[in-house]
Amino acid sequence: MAKYTININDENQEVEASEKTHLLWIVREQLGLMGTKYSCGIGACGACTVHIDGKSTRSCITPITAVIDGQKITTIEGLSSDSSHPVQKAWVEAQVPQCGYCQSGQIMHAAGLLNQNPSPSKEEIVKYMSANLCRCGTYMRIAKAVEMAAGTDS
Amino acid sequence: MHTKTKQDKSVNSRRSFLKNSGGVALLIGGAGILPQIVSCKNESEIINAVNENGVSAWVQLTKEGLITIFSPATEMGQGSMTALPIIFAEEMDADWDKVSVEFAPQDADLYGRDLKWKGRSMMTFGSTGVMSYYSILRQAGAQARYILLSSAAKRWDVDIKNLTTGPSKIIHKESNREMSYGEVVSFLEIPSNIPTIPDDQLKDPKDFRLIGSVTPRTDIPYKVNGTAQFAMDLKLPDMLYGSINRGRLHGAKPTLKNEGKIKEMPGVVGVYDIGYGIGIVTESVTEGFMARHFLEIDWSKSDASGFNSADAFDTYDKVLEDGKSGKEMHNEGDVKLARESAANTYVFDYKNDYIYHGQQEPLNAVARVAEDGASAEVWIGTQNGVDTAADIAGALGISVASVTVHQQYLGGGFGRRTLSDYGVEAALLAKEVAPRPVKLIWTREDDLQYGMYRPASLQRMEAFTDEDGNLTGFTHDVVGDGVRLIADGSDINGYKIPNHKVVMHIVPHGIRVKHWRAVGHGTNKFAIECMMDEIAAEQNTDPVEFRKKILEPKPLATLEKVATMANWGKSLPSGRARGVAFLERSRTFSSGICEISLDRSSGKIRVHHFWSAHDAGVVIQPDSVVAQMEGGIVMGLSSIFNEQITIVNGEAQQSNYNDYPIIRMHDLPETIETEILKTTTPPAGIGESSTPLVACAVANAFFAMTGKRLRHMPFTPARVLEALAS
Repeated sequence: MAKYTININDENQEVEASEKTHLLWIVREQLGLMGTKYSCGIGACGACTVHIDGKSTRSCITPITAVIDGQKITTIEGLSSDSSHPVQKAWVEAQVPQCGYCQSGQIMHAAGLLNQNPSPSKEEIVKYMSANLCRCGTYMRIAKAVEMAAGTDS
Repeated sequence: MHTKTKQDKSVNSRRSFLKNSGGVALLIGGAGILPQIVSCKNESEIINAVNENGVSAWVQLTKEGLITIFSPATEMGQGSMTALPIIFAEEMDADWDKVSVEFAPQDADLYGRDLKWKGRSMMTFGSTGVMSYYSILRQAGAQARYILLSSAAKRWDVDIKNLTTGPSKIIHKESNREMSYGEVVSFLEIPSNIPTIPDDQLKDPKDFRLIGSVTPRTDIPYKVNGTAQFAMDLKLPDMLYGSINRGRLHGAKPTLKNEGKIKEMPGVVGVYDIGYGIGIVTESVTEGFMARHFLEIDWSKSDASGFNSADAFDTYDKVLEDGKSGKEMHNEGDVKLARESAANTYVFDYKNDYIYHGQQEPLNAVARVAEDGASAEVWIGTQNGVDTAADIAGALGISVASVTVHQQYLGGGFGRRTLSDYGVEAALLAKEVAPRPVKLIWTREDDLQYGMYRPASLQRMEAFTDEDGNLTGFTHDVVGDGVRLIADGSDINGYKIPNHKVVMHIVPHGIRVKHWRAVGHGTNKFAIECMMDEIAAEQNTDPVEFRKKILEPKPLATLEKVATMANWGKSLPSGRARGVAFLERSRTFSSGICEISLDRSSGKIRVHHFWSAHDAGVVIQPDSVVAQMEGGIVMGLSSIFNEQITIVNGEAQQSNYNDYPIIRMHDLPETIETEILKTTTPPAGIGESSTPLVACAVANAFFAMTGKRLRHMPFTPARVLEALAS
């Protein structure tokens, strides 16, 4: 066990973990930020997506030691304080979630896309968002909501 | 059914939510039981009322007019937590903006409905939520409104018959007076006699404000900011973590070889043999996962030992060739006569492999057992909280009344979460470390490899037509594992086919099997609808026209609708073809059409468009239903192209989403269009209806394109290439 300081949602937090611990479990079970989900543990589904320095990242395969040099970690709880991020608003407008378990990851991934590319084409959206799984099959509405958030929907 | 334990349990559960209320609860019998109104401040009065009358509380109302409705069903994405409260609110005439929704306590006596095969139950399954609660919740809502009206009538000294309501307000037109529901709270009185409201005094459907409207789902705001609480998200003081190695051979028993070493590992609190697995309790998640890697376990053989799924179909074929008798599931008319008098007889086989639920939240539960072992609390996302409580009580050797189940959101269910196994496991581990709570987490690999699969099966169809080409009847033999699972959906509701017989042949393999969204409809409708298509093709008849002749009027309307939507019969771009399917599931009639293209070199089929039309009777939440149909089609596509569990020597060969590749956005159709027919029959169940349309529509489109049949799900590229070469 070692002590680390990480910057998460604009706050420095002291955490204690073995160096093999993945960021996901620190975020969830130590810091209690439960919006970020465990689903596959191998970086295949994206339910655990957070931002590291604004970039979409899979926290279930990110060792804690990769984020202890002042990287800014953002979770769904830090995306906005009042669900006012354009992606969150579009998600409500399009009534995207069903079971909802993957949706924090979907929203963070979509927000990560818009960070890099504020006006993605439909093809770019489909390509990028194909990284994240949704077993309920909400993909049609996810694609539409990303376009709405980007203002590219017609 | 567990024993009735009204006394303790209902009081406990009721106490927990009544305490939070500043207003009153309207305790209303779901089936016309004597209602009571009780001030929440007088707890003993509540306890007496509940004990004496067995009433159920569907709603709370505060002086401020805030309304809390308790929803009896699970919320796993299907939208019941909005649809069911809307039914109640409609008849109560509640202002929906003032309504919040909570899960009802897990108490079947109070919140269940009677199921023919099970008795009183709160289980959420088989698309039955709205269908089974519609009249109960309308009555309860109407009785809540009656209670408010009677108090107002007394207050104003007017005849209750002259009172009407608007959204959350009572109106006396003659004197031009109004009062809000909240205002009634301070002088609410127990009416001496609460009638069952007759059907003709319920709202006229044309006056519905909420039912049939597009109302945003109540759970969605919490699902876009990470605050929707799944059981996985519980964090209790002093909580420990549980992880169980159940091995890969279903039914095998473990012998742990190195308990001493595991106990010495960092963070390990204890190691426990649960009979079919070795559980480890640790201080952190990561320590549990680490310790599992070092478990040295000898596994016994089991009933699944030696089973290879690749060989199953030879076995099934032999069962039919040997003429072994099975269990008759349907027998209408006289198939023997139909066979003897047939002008033509057709025999077709269809097959399907095992598939896995793959719900995105792996199974998990949090349990806490009291230090004296006499009571337990469990936080769990379950389709069946009542039986979970009973099973935990049984496992711990305590009374059902001593077990409290806290229902959480479910990160997908699809049929897997009607069982209590993961709740029981959490409770067993928690008992070992009581009173510290334990969060049991199944890894994805646990969830898949110790999964419960939709069973593999073989369907053999023998169909008979007369000299005019009319389908006079058919026999349907279904062979596979899983008690009744494989025969579900083998009925032909909606069709006018005079002679029909279904025989089920069970071949146990020792593999765990379970209901999977739409259960046997996915496989049996595939067989029935492909059979229809084959006969139509043999007769050179358009497959839509062929079905039109044998469909009843109500289901026919869905076929005609979808044909119009898709512009069936129009000429298609080269390289495109279409297929059609019809089915009934949980009384909903559904028709679907898809348009595909095919890469003949790779064997990859692409679905470009999917149209579906459904008659589910009165629909509470049209947009939510459309979302269910869209998602169901996507899940169907995933299951027929991507999903396959293969078993070698009793062990699943897949482990996670990397080798069980659920469909991704890039493989989606360009469009999915859904129409819900506006009809006035009582609500049918619709949540699963679109999924089983997909296999048959796609296979039939493939035939239209290639003249070849896809007879074995999933339609992997290898199987497609094989079909093309045949």
